[in-house]
Amino acid sequence: MNRKIRLTVNGTARAVEIPTYRTLLDCLRNDLGLAGSKEGCGVGVCGACTVLLDGKMISSCIALAVSADGHEVTTVEGLAADERLHPVQQAFIDAGGFQCGICTPGQVISAKALLDAIPNPTDAEIREWMLGNLCRCTGYYKIIESIRAAAQRSCV
Amino acid sequence: MNAFEYAAPRTLDEALSVLGEHGDDARVIAGGTALVTMMRQRLVSPGYLVSLREIPGLERIEAANGGVRIGALATHREVETSPLVQERIPVLAETFRRVASVRIRNMATVGGVLAHADPNQDPPVTLIALGARVELRGAGGKREVPVEEFSRDYYESALEPGEIVTGVVVPRLPAASGAAYVKFLPRTADDYATVAVAATVSLEPDGERCRAARLALGSVGVTPIRARAAEALVAGQRLDAALLHAAGEAVKAAVDPLSDHRGSAAYKREMAAVMVGRALTQAWNAALGSARPAR
Repeated sequence: MNRKIRLTVNGTARAVEIPTYRTLLDCLRNDLGLAGSKEGCGVGVCGACTVLLDGKMISSCIALAVSADGHEVTTVEGLAADERLHPVQQAFIDAGGFQCGICTPGQVISAKALLDAIPNPTDAEIREWMLGNLCRCTGYYKIIESIRAAAQRSCV
Repeated sequence: MNAFEYAAPRTLDEALSVLGEHGDDARVIAGGTALVTMMRQRLVSPGYLVSLREIPGLERIEAANGGVRIGALATHREVETSPLVQERIPVLAETFRRVASVRIRNMATVGGVLAHADPNQDPPVTLIALGARVELRGAGGKREVPVEEFSRDYYESALEPGEIVTGVVVPRLPAASGAAYVKFLPRTADDYATVAVAATVSLEPDGERCRAARLALGSVGVTPIRARAAEALVAGQRLDAALLHAAGEAVKAAVDPLSDHRGSAAYKREMAAVMVGRALTQAWNAALGSARPAR
């Protein structure tokens, strides 16, 4: 019950043969070697596995890889361009938006999705879009500050 | 997760025929938020999955008889952000906005939330208060079922073997009407409701008394519950504290909540009465606002 699927991952066409039950998260981590996205809760609640599917954030731990066949996936590995960090990544470093780092790939991807849709979000919009990205170090204020900083920089 | 065969047909007819061929062993999948989670937890282990994701047009949201028709593949986020839904039935957009997180709403579909028949979901509650109907397609043709009659038990719906949810038809409220969805969330904003209430109120031409009201509740039984006794108490009356109290008492008798980590059954029953009072008040005020001529 294997399937060959084609994905565009971070701008690169990839073809991979996988069992139908492979989640998109496991496909990215184990079959494509992109271990940035993490499995936290495994039920779509914590946000550690967040990736973009055709530009929209989803929980890759409860998405079947076969259902992404023919689509575009963006992971945290796809944000930096030529050694230059994405403004969201740089803002997380500058504003101290992470502590242990486990939730960070999901936080950064979610923040990118937010800023792609709303370049200058209100605090309410930041909270709405980031809801369901759990940080067990509870560094939420710094995460919100990082996103505010990234938005300001992108607007300059 | 168990091993399974996966088909992604391009037409509804093809999906129906694959589903018919594999019988009980097959499950329909759309967004996957409910089914994949249950499969990962080994609560279900279908041998065959029929994906609806490649069927063009099944996600359409369109005007229908003054109301809206929402295709089964429309995501929660698409309903929430649809200008048509926001304009015609704002309470429905607001209800979808209360489900989980943006991320999950990008995945979960309208057909999925109905077929999943989880009494803790938000959209069916409001759909019942609005008098919406589920559209189904089977080998024998089409049929429609009121959302109110669609949930049969915990995770069990009126969906017959071989049938697929194709959409939901939502009528617009009459003139001089208002609606509200109140979700009691004492824990986190992305949680399931502890108690949820949807109310609609239509006023008499005098603009003061209620002509008809509909009340539906979620998370207080094995299916969403319509509170008909409370509706009957409200019809023909003016809104005051005594009426809200009486409606709340009638709702307490209608609900059958389970004790869990969100609260004891007794607590949820009390809160159901409180939330019904709030939902009725909000819907009533919205109806007054819509009845008053614009200055």
